[in-house]
Amino acid sequence: MAIKRGRGIAALNYPTGMNLGGDPSQALIYMQPTGGFVVKLACTDLGQGLKTVVPQMVAETLGVPLESVNIETGDTDSAPHDMGQFASRSTHRVGNAVIMAAKEAKKQLLEVAADEMEASPEDLVISDGEIFVRGVPSKKKSVFDVALAATFKHGKTVSGRGIFLKQNHGVDPETGACDPDSTEAHCTTVADVEVDTETGDVKVLKLWSAYEVGRAINPKMVQGQIVGGSVMGIGIATKEASFPNYPQFDPHPGSFSEYMMMGAADVPEMESTILEMGSVDGPFGVKGVGEMTANSPLPAIVNAIYDAVGVWITDLPVTPEKVLRALEEKELSDK
Amino acid sequence: MKQLGIVGESVKRRDGIAHVTGQTRYVDDVSYPGMLWLKMVRAPVHRGILKKVDVSKAEAYPGVHAVVTAKDVPNNWYTILCLIGVGPNDEPVLADTEIMWRGEPICAVVAESEEIALEAAQLVELDIEELPPVMTVDEALAEGAPAIKKWGNNTFMYEGKPYRRVFIGDVEEGFAKADHIIEGTYQLNPYDHVPVETQTCVVKPEPDGRLTVHSNTQALYFTKDNLGIILQMPDYKIRLVGGTVGGGFGGKVDVVIEPVTAIAAMKTGRPVKWRWTRTEEFRNSSTVGMYRMHYKDGVMNDGRIIARQVISYHDAGAYHRHSPYGVQKHAFNLAGPYNIPNVDIKAYCVYTNRQPSSALRGFGVTPASFAIEVQMDKIARTLGMDPWQIRFLNAYRNGQMKAVRKVVEDATLIETMQAAAKMVGAELPEWCWKARSDDWKG
Repeated sequence: MAIKRGRGIAALNYPTGMNLGGDPSQALIYMQPTGGFVVKLACTDLGQGLKTVVPQMVAETLGVPLESVNIETGDTDSAPHDMGQFASRSTHRVGNAVIMAAKEAKKQLLEVAADEMEASPEDLVISDGEIFVRGVPSKKKSVFDVALAATFKHGKTVSGRGIFLKQNHGVDPETGACDPDSTEAHCTTVADVEVDTETGDVKVLKLWSAYEVGRAINPKMVQGQIVGGSVMGIGIATKEASFPNYPQFDPHPGSFSEYMMMGAADVPEMESTILEMGSVDGPFGVKGVGEMTANSPLPAIVNAIYDAVGVWITDLPVTPEKVLRALEEKELSDK
Repeated sequence: MKQLGIVGESVKRRDGIAHVTGQTRYVDDVSYPGMLWLKMVRAPVHRGILKKVDVSKAEAYPGVHAVVTAKDVPNNWYTILCLIGVGPNDEPVLADTEIMWRGEPICAVVAESEEIALEAAQLVELDIEELPPVMTVDEALAEGAPAIKKWGNNTFMYEGKPYRRVFIGDVEEGFAKADHIIEGTYQLNPYDHVPVETQTCVVKPEPDGRLTVHSNTQALYFTKDNLGIILQMPDYKIRLVGGTVGGGFGGKVDVVIEPVTAIAAMKTGRPVKWRWTRTEEFRNSSTVGMYRMHYKDGVMNDGRIIARQVISYHDAGAYHRHSPYGVQKHAFNLAGPYNIPNVDIKAYCVYTNRQPSSALRGFGVTPASFAIEVQMDKIARTLGMDPWQIRFLNAYRNGQMKAVRKVVEDATLIETMQAAAKMVGAELPEWCWKARSDDWKG
């Protein structure tokens, strides 16, 4: 009877976007008289942080301070269509839509600025809320002033529309041939576990992960997804069961004291690194990451258990009972 | 990659402080004068014929304003993916003639308070003739199994076939050439979304005839469209308000709380709130149903996988919901991020008398990735090969062909393996460090 250590790896892909596409997202953006921008979306923030990264992408595109961009979301009476937040689709699709809208607004803003500054719109650059003539930094006007001029002097709107759609081209009914996703993110996770051969208990000691996400709009938030997803993944692998005696229906957990989950004290040490290698059509090269993070711990842990004690637990969740039965079977067959 | 200014910076979350100081407004914070409360009466058995629903005592209970039954639902079908061709209609919004799972909604009591609604709900009398339920994929597919679906069998039909097939090359030829045949069966059992916030909805009938629906759905327009179909109302008369969700994970994409709440609001002329208890969230909201995957791989002595055959079964529970879509996504990912010239996949979406399955973080890909990566280690151990090296060898490269006959692009699996190997100090041969996702020349 002993505590055995093991290490396991898992290398995964995850598709970005609703399967096969056909999931559009739209955005509208308008400028207020003193140069603030409002983005209208019918998206939902589930905690993944859309309300934070959308202003980042818009501010970057426009060249204005981050705090001057606000998003209004969550009302179908005041924003155009969005398919919904799922399938790791939003930073990619909503991102592309808001960039498209921001570019249209920027073009209109530069046309007014060009008029005000007697320059050509192509020669103008916007940075940190100031509009410069490229190469002549002294010749500038603030977005604040140009906005006022657009509204009250020129009578010009500064607004934009955006949409992103990957068209659904269907599936070949015979071969299954299709184009299911916009891009694929990848990750590799390494798990160290400890298996107690007397009790069957499995303890996850540490997880290391490398995630390639195209571009991290907000690295700390990507890391948040990695940590949160890893905790969920460890829980799915080692604790969670809607029907603990599946396929028997009962017992049927109905509370937190009956449905086993990870608690704060169960969270192991975690180390992660983010790689950015761009993508074919992601905004700033973005790929989705929200779902993949909960997937990699499952096989990494099962592979680590095999490394530790030589048994495959291929029916999840891993429970002490399953580990002990597998060890017993192994002992018998080894004889 | 080009260095940018604001993109790439770890700026503070906009809503972070509000969340942690309890200032964020959620749907349960929405309240209207005169608002009523809804409680659902649910099926106590797995399968049966619903012969009679007697709501008279509940209706008469003091403080009860209405009881909503199947006959109050203008179009009593919930087929969320009907707009992308998933059918036929199989799930009623409120059970009408049959019970297909334990917990299925039957009728809703609408009252002055949650307590009154709960008390009155106990007085609803149900006359159900129980039928033997089909509780597993094996039972559903067995010879002579009762057909619990009206089209005569217990699987979703993908263009006339009871499975979604994906194939390329010829696996039998591959198996004949292979040095080893390595098999494995992998099963992921049902689990739950467990969001911190349970499903909640408030519907207000507006004086101008429109409906304002406050919901913590993950998909506002999706919900609006489906509501319009169920209520037989043009959906421009419906306004969905939400956008701040206390965790979704795919569990708030089904439109299962708004329709009955909306009907209750229209029937009583008052705002109505329905908030799910934690028990309802565990026992009655969708789970992710069981997946069981059988892998058979043809492998060469050097570790190359040259043929992969996968048969997969998913227990979708009682109704479609998103499962036909999910099983299809699952099928497209069962071969894995590896270069395998001969692949044959059959993925079955099977119905049983269980709590309906639906989207959950990783939808269809979670079980696939689990099976693929454990199978990879199994192959490595069988051949006495290092688990890292076998993955570097088989990893797909840009330009190669996937089983779904799409050319690989944006491949970065190899680079993540190298980064992870470096993090843990794994000793790898030079060829692994030199490998690149771009190194396949055709």
